[in-house]
Amino acid sequence: MPENVHDAKVWDVVVVGAGPAGSAAALALARAGCSVLLLERGPFPGSKNVYGGVVYARVLDEILPQWWLDVPVQRWVTRRSTMIMTGHQALTVDIRAQNWGKAPFNGMTTYRPDFDAWLAGKAVDAGAVLITSTVATGLIRDGRGRVCGVRTDRPGGDLRARVVIACDGVNSFLAKEAGLLPAADAGHHTLGVKEVWSLPPEVIEERYALGRREGLDIEMLGCTRGIPGGGFLYTGHDTVTVGVVVSVEALAKAKVRPEELIADLRAHPAIAPGLRGADLKEYAAHLIPEGGYRTMPKLATDGLLIAGDAAGMCLAAGLWLEGVNFAIGSGLAAGAATAKAVRAGDFSAAALASYRTSMQANFVLSDHKRMKDAPKLVLNERLHAQYTSLICDMAEAIFTVVNPEPKPRMTALLRRTVKDHGVRWRDLAKDAALGGRIFR
Amino acid sequence: MSMNSHHVDPPERLPVVAFEDRMATVEFRVGQRAHIVVDSDVCRSCTTQACVTACPANLFAPTSDGGILFNYEQCFECGTCYMVCNSQGALTWSYPDGGHGVVFRKG
Repeated sequence: MPENVHDAKVWDVVVVGAGPAGSAAALALARAGCSVLLLERGPFPGSKNVYGGVVYARVLDEILPQWWLDVPVQRWVTRRSTMIMTGHQALTVDIRAQNWGKAPFNGMTTYRPDFDAWLAGKAVDAGAVLITSTVATGLIRDGRGRVCGVRTDRPGGDLRARVVIACDGVNSFLAKEAGLLPAADAGHHTLGVKEVWSLPPEVIEERYALGRREGLDIEMLGCTRGIPGGGFLYTGHDTVTVGVVVSVEALAKAKVRPEELIADLRAHPAIAPGLRGADLKEYAAHLIPEGGYRTMPKLATDGLLIAGDAAGMCLAAGLWLEGVNFAIGSGLAAGAATAKAVRAGDFSAAALASYRTSMQANFVLSDHKRMKDAPKLVLNERLHAQYTSLICDMAEAIFTVVNPEPKPRMTALLRRTVKDHGVRWRDLAKDAALGGRIFR
Repeated sequence: MSMNSHHVDPPERLPVVAFEDRMATVEFRVGQRAHIVVDSDVCRSCTTQACVTACPANLFAPTSDGGILFNYEQCFECGTCYMVCNSQGALTWSYPDGGHGVVFRKG
C-alpha cells in the first residue's frame, strides 16, 4: 500500500469494492474533484465477480461518451432467445436485431475481470486511487456513531473518510455490520453456477447462426428440475458459457448439487449439439440478490451509502435480467450525492438523501419499483413445476398432425392440457393476472 | 448419409466432467488462514446439513460421527453455505485475506 494511503489522511470518500458500482462511484467522485480511495479485496478488479453474461452499458453514455470504442467486449448480442423447456422439449422465442450490433449497441458479452478492470481504470484515469488485495474488515465510527472510515486487513490499515460507499457485493459485510442487511436471507437470494466452454470462433458463429463479433444470449425456463430458477447460455468470442440460477432455499431443500443442473442442461437435446467437442475452461459460482424492490435495504446512514449488489440492486424479472447496469447506475448516483455532501460539508443520512431521490427519477429505482412483484412470479413453484411443461405440451400438440383424426380445437386442447397437468384454472388465472400486472 | 434412414441418432454421449477436473479449471491463491471455520460439534445436531449438497465447490463432507469436515482451500466465497446453514454458530464466515482466495478469469 502506498505510504500516503492511510496514516492521518482523511479521504473525502473511501469506496469499498472495485466492481461496477464501486468504480462508477469512484469515477463520478474523482470527476467532481473529490479525493477517492477505491478498495478491492481481489488481486485485480473483477477477480471475485461472476455474472449472467450480458452487460447493458447505455448507462455509461453520459459519463463515458462512446464507451464502446474501447470497452473489452466479447460479442455484441444481436440475437436473444427465451426458451421454455422440459427434458425432451423446447419452445423458443427468438429475436434478432441487427441494430443491436452497432452504436450505441444494446447488450454485450464480456468477462468481468476484463470489464470491471476497464471501468476501474476509468476511475483511476479520473484521479481515484485504486488499492487491490485489501479487505475492508469493518466500519469505523466516530463518537456519535457516524461512519467515518473502514478497517482493513493491512497492518495499521485503518482508513479515514468523510463518507464510505459500500459496494462490497451481495454478501456486503459492511451493510450487515451497519444493520442495513440481514445476516442471512436464503429466501431472497439465488445461486448462479456456470461453466465456460471453449470452441473456435467460426464454429460458434456457424452453430449459433451469428456473424463476426455477433453474440447470442439464451434465457431458459424449465431446466432446473422444478427448482425455481432458470438457465442461461451466451456466446463469447471463443467460448460458450452455460449455467443455471436457482433459489438458494429451494436448492437446499431439494438436496440437488448445483453442477448436476448444469450437466442436465448440457445434455439437453436443444443445447448439447452446440457444445459438441468443447473444452471446459472455468467453473464458477456466485450469489445473486433476488428480493427486488420490496426487500431493498435502507440505502444510507450517517457517513455511509450502499450501492450495487450490496443494496440488492439486481433485476431478475424473467423477461429482463440485468444487474451490472443497475450497479453502475447506483454507483454514479451514490458518487454524485456524495460529491454534493462533500461540497456542503454535511455527511449525515439526510444530506445523502439525494442518492435515493436521483435513482427514483431514473431507471435504477423506477425499474425495480415497476418489477416489485416479479420475484413472486419468477420464484413461483407452479411456474417451474407445471407451467413450463404445460406450455411445451400445448405447443407440441398444436404441431402434431394426428391424421386420420381431424385437428383438435385449440380450446379443447388447452382444456385437456391444463387438466393433464393438474393445473387449477383459478391458479392459472391468478398467476396470469400477476404476470400481466408485472409486465404491463 | 443414406437418405432413407428412418431412425434418429441415439442421444449424444456427453463428456462427463469429474468434479476434480471441474475444480481444476479454477485458480485459487490459497491463503494461510482458513477464512471459514466449521464447528463440527454444532453440525452433529443439524438435521438438514444443507451445506453438503448446496455448496457449489462441494467442500462440506459429512463425517461418520455425524459432523461436517470442511476444507477452505477451493472456496468460491459465494456465501451459499452460511445462507442455508440453520445451526446457529456452526459457521464462522469471513473473506480470505486480501489478494487470496478464488481468482475468476471468465466470471
